[in-house]
Amino acid sequence: MQAEALERESALLNVKKESAGRRLWNKNKVALLFLTPWLIGLIVLSLIPMIASMYLSFTHYDMFNMPKWTGFDNYINLLTSDLRFTQSLKVTLKYVFIGVPLQLIMAFGLAVVLNRGVRGLSGFRAIYYVPSLLGPSLAIAILWKQLFGMDGIINEFLSIFGIAPNSWVADPSTSLYTLIILLAWQFGSPMVIFLAGLKQIPTDLYESASIDGAGRFTKLFKITIPMLTPIIFFNLVMQLINAFQAFTPAYIIGGQTGGPLDSTLFYNLYLYIKAFTEFQMGYASAMAWILLAVIAAFTGLLFLLAKKWVHYES
Amino acid sequence: MQKATPYWAAGKFVLLLIGALIMIYPLLWMLSSSLKPDTMIFKELGLWPSQITLDNYFKGWEGTSGFTFATFFKNSFIVVGLSIIGNLISCSLAAYAFARLDFSFKKLLFALMFGSIMLPHDVVLIPQYILFNKLEWVNTFLPLIVPKFFATQAFFIFLMVQFIRGIPKGLDEAARVDGCGHIQIFSRIIFPLMLPAIVTTAIFTFIWTWNDFFSQFIYLSNPKLWTVTLALRGFLDATGDSMWGAMFAMSILSLIPIFIFFIAFQKLLIEGIATTGIK
Repeated sequence: MQAEALERESALLNVKKESAGRRLWNKNKVALLFLTPWLIGLIVLSLIPMIASMYLSFTHYDMFNMPKWTGFDNYINLLTSDLRFTQSLKVTLKYVFIGVPLQLIMAFGLAVVLNRGVRGLSGFRAIYYVPSLLGPSLAIAILWKQLFGMDGIINEFLSIFGIAPNSWVADPSTSLYTLIILLAWQFGSPMVIFLAGLKQIPTDLYESASIDGAGRFTKLFKITIPMLTPIIFFNLVMQLINAFQAFTPAYIIGGQTGGPLDSTLFYNLYLYIKAFTEFQMGYASAMAWILLAVIAAFTGLLFLLAKKWVHYES
Repeated sequence: MQKATPYWAAGKFVLLLIGALIMIYPLLWMLSSSLKPDTMIFKELGLWPSQITLDNYFKGWEGTSGFTFATFFKNSFIVVGLSIIGNLISCSLAAYAFARLDFSFKKLLFALMFGSIMLPHDVVLIPQYILFNKLEWVNTFLPLIVPKFFATQAFFIFLMVQFIRGIPKGLDEAARVDGCGHIQIFSRIIFPLMLPAIVTTAIFTFIWTWNDFFSQFIYLSNPKLWTVTLALRGFLDATGDSMWGAMFAMSILSLIPIFIFFIAFQKLLIEGIATTGIK
């Protein structure tokens, strides 16, 4: 039994030399005990599914019949003839590249203001943070649909300024912006990260700058922002990855189909429709890999550009 | 540093207050609407209901598709509770290995663990669904719970590794001299000492699982198994635009557990985000 277990474990760790097996076992047996649940999860629920997903992306598969190999057909169809796919990519890119910067600018601005010292700091921090805690829930998506609807309070508020009422969620030219506002509304968690970063900046930097006669803005641009670039970078990467995968708000606000006129057809919503309502599992798998490539390309680009603007202390 | 004038400080305070009000106005509006009779909801911009009623809560609680919200809350708590237990056990075990033990391919495995945090869920979604479907786990809680026992939310491993690295190694060595093995060092020394990381993991598992819609949505179609989130969607589908009061009342109830967690653990939560950068 033990020998068998040993062999299994050794195989797991990719051991090639049998002679060194005993030594390897002694070195790793304790770690293996602790790592086994995670390793099983990694192999069975991540690595094998990834390989399977890669394979399926080259097939036609509907869950009921065997997968049929179709080569690059899924990818070619997606990239050349599927207009809804192109639309979903456009919608998502717009959402990510307007929403995330907006969210981070608000987070940064408020963190800087709060950090300068204000009465009731922890109270403000808590109130500004709450939306990012509740924001991802379905209840908030439902609320948003109402707020920006024809009878919603946004219209009532705007009517004070004489702006004509509109159903912002039902108008294809504005519906995506209601989702972008929902994303920006959740600026609390990056704000808390910025606040923690601001506390790390040594105060003597500001003091010596003051002696040199630097003003508020000089200090902001020459000290605060450069010192915070690693955190700005971190927030940018994390929020970008999250935003690319948004689903719930589009599903609820876009009435399950990404409407009106596909104006809120998020990438993940379209993937869901393909996989779980049309049962085109192969096609949806190809979409998953394209999304991975898109996210990897943008984060890779961020990492490359990081060398130019992210300032790490040596 | 320049001294701020009292006027500037007061002005800033007022602006921040207005900002805070705008931020939570939607939430307060939903709360106030849930207490208004249906016919009044879209008539008033103000927050204070001119007429307070709990009707919406009673109506909403009756639920949808033959089950009340008592069932839906019970289901949510089962899924969330077991997810927390799973994450705590599996992630703390792996974290101990990464933080304290020496083993082959440690760097590679750590890189894999770290990489899996950033991996978009989509690339494993479909094969996982096929697997759980083959196991006949669709329409059970298992696809939502079992992966947690295998540390699939690797983010928490990372969080715990960071924390364990901050615990002085002298404590482990003293215990080893006293004849403790790794299992005892882990269970008697490290686990109790990493309580803040444990609580942070529990809080975030609670919030993420409670808020999760997508995986619950694809795995649970039987109304008997619906969680609160799924029930809200079912309710929205069934009533359309006709019962906003009840809809808002149940939405408020669905947010209350998260809110209670936030109030109770605010300090740990904010420290958790600040040190690790989680959502």
